[in-house]
Amino acid sequence: MGGFLDKAVSADFLSATLLTLELTLLSMLLGVAGGVLLALAKGGPRPLGWFVDGYVWLFRGTPVLLQLIFVFNVLPLWGLNFSPFTCAVIALSLNEIAYMAEIVRGGLLGVDRGQRTAAHMLGLSEAKILRWVVLPQAARLVLPPTGNQFVGMLKTSALASVVSVQDLMLTAQRQAAADFDYVGSLCAAAVHYLVLTSLLTLGLRWIERRLDVTRRAAARRERQPVTKHTDTAALDPAAR
Amino acid sequence: MKRAPSGTPTSTDTTATASGGSSTAKASRPGTVLLGQGMTRTYHARTVLHGVDLAVTHGQTVAVLGPSGAGKSTMLRCLAGLEPLQEGTVAFQGELLSKAGTAPRSAGGRIGMVFQQFNLFPHLTAAQNVSLAPRKARGMPTAQAHARARDLLTRVGLAEHFDHYPYELSGGQQQRVAIARALAMDPELMLFDEPTSALDPEFTREVLAVMRDLADSGMTIVVVTHEMDFARRGADRVVFMADGRIVEDGPAEDVLTAPRQERTRRFLDQILSE
Repeated sequence: MGGFLDKAVSADFLSATLLTLELTLLSMLLGVAGGVLLALAKGGPRPLGWFVDGYVWLFRGTPVLLQLIFVFNVLPLWGLNFSPFTCAVIALSLNEIAYMAEIVRGGLLGVDRGQRTAAHMLGLSEAKILRWVVLPQAARLVLPPTGNQFVGMLKTSALASVVSVQDLMLTAQRQAAADFDYVGSLCAAAVHYLVLTSLLTLGLRWIERRLDVTRRAAARRERQPVTKHTDTAALDPAAR
Repeated sequence: MKRAPSGTPTSTDTTATASGGSSTAKASRPGTVLLGQGMTRTYHARTVLHGVDLAVTHGQTVAVLGPSGAGKSTMLRCLAGLEPLQEGTVAFQGELLSKAGTAPRSAGGRIGMVFQQFNLFPHLTAAQNVSLAPRKARGMPTAQAHARARDLLTRVGLAEHFDHYPYELSGGQQQRVAIARALAMDPELMLFDEPTSALDPEFTREVLAVMRDLADSGMTIVVVTHEMDFARRGADRVVFMADGRIVEDGPAEDVLTAPRQERTRRFLDQILSE
């Protein structure tokens, strides 16, 4: 057990955790951005829609491990030399884009059509309707599944150890291979993963609360407890 | 004006129409805000609007009545430029808005529209709902847009609800916010698509009162409604539709008390017996 504690707080494990976090954040950032673009492209001209369908079919239909090894081994053959970390970011985000595209598309479809119609009649351009009316509402719908993806990505990033990225997983395996303390090494890595996923979950909950209008309204009422909803009859213009 | 095809009234072809067709001569009379001509709308081989003509004069309040499925809402959406036409044209203030075969143009907020389901933006407060379009579509400074929103919300009796989100408001209050939101773009015409159909009777009254105020202030209004009371007392013209056509069109008093068409009479009898 002493080995476990020493490892959990060792510089090797801490820097590996940092790398795992960087890998996850970068891949997720690119995944969300690409997913939003693909989801919007899907609603565009026909050929663009076909491209999106093909993309999702390909990257959702093959193992992410295959994609990772493909990027790591094939890109150099084409003269593209990237570090293992960059290869991992490329493969993980390409894969994530496919999932996020579907999630964002669902979010966009979840916004009532009447919202666009009303905004259109108010004279807002398509781009402004998207920015100020549709996306803010889609964001709330998309957040819970995106949180799932985020936690999933944190764990999937362990696959990067296969292409020699010095992440948490690879560090744990190397330490275990060196001193045969598999229990200590793997448990130390597990604790680090759990800390990361827990913090992530808390962060996502915080964002979800911030986007929830009912909570915003409740917070406002706490700030100004005097304001009460007056009876509608008092304001009824018909009763004037 | 260049966009207008022959037959669409412009100030320049008044002389041509005076010697030509009588229907266009009437339409190009000054004061026509909205002009739909030969509007035909087809969904999947089913025609819901059969070449309908409608001219709305400045300051008029037109109530569109008729049984469900008559094409009332479709006509309103065509006039608003929300639906493409298979045949015909829609002109707003002499400018071509919609023409068969092309996507309708946006009137840029100059045609205000109020919907049965309110369609307020749920993530914005009442004041933000009203100020969004002036800020983002017209570039009005935020402070000015908010001051304007407060004025308009006060005008529709919602002075104490600026900071409330739509879900905190009753249906009647939401619909009044929707009216204020449309007014914020200084429309020259207001279209109402069954504005009280989704409301409880107690809230219907407050929305109709706001609409009547609006009509009294000189706003040009077209309203698709089932509220006979509003048609009788709030409107000065009634258009009766059935089966995708305008069956009867005239002063509210005449159409409602002395309908000339059998179809109108049957509809009114049915409504009044309920």
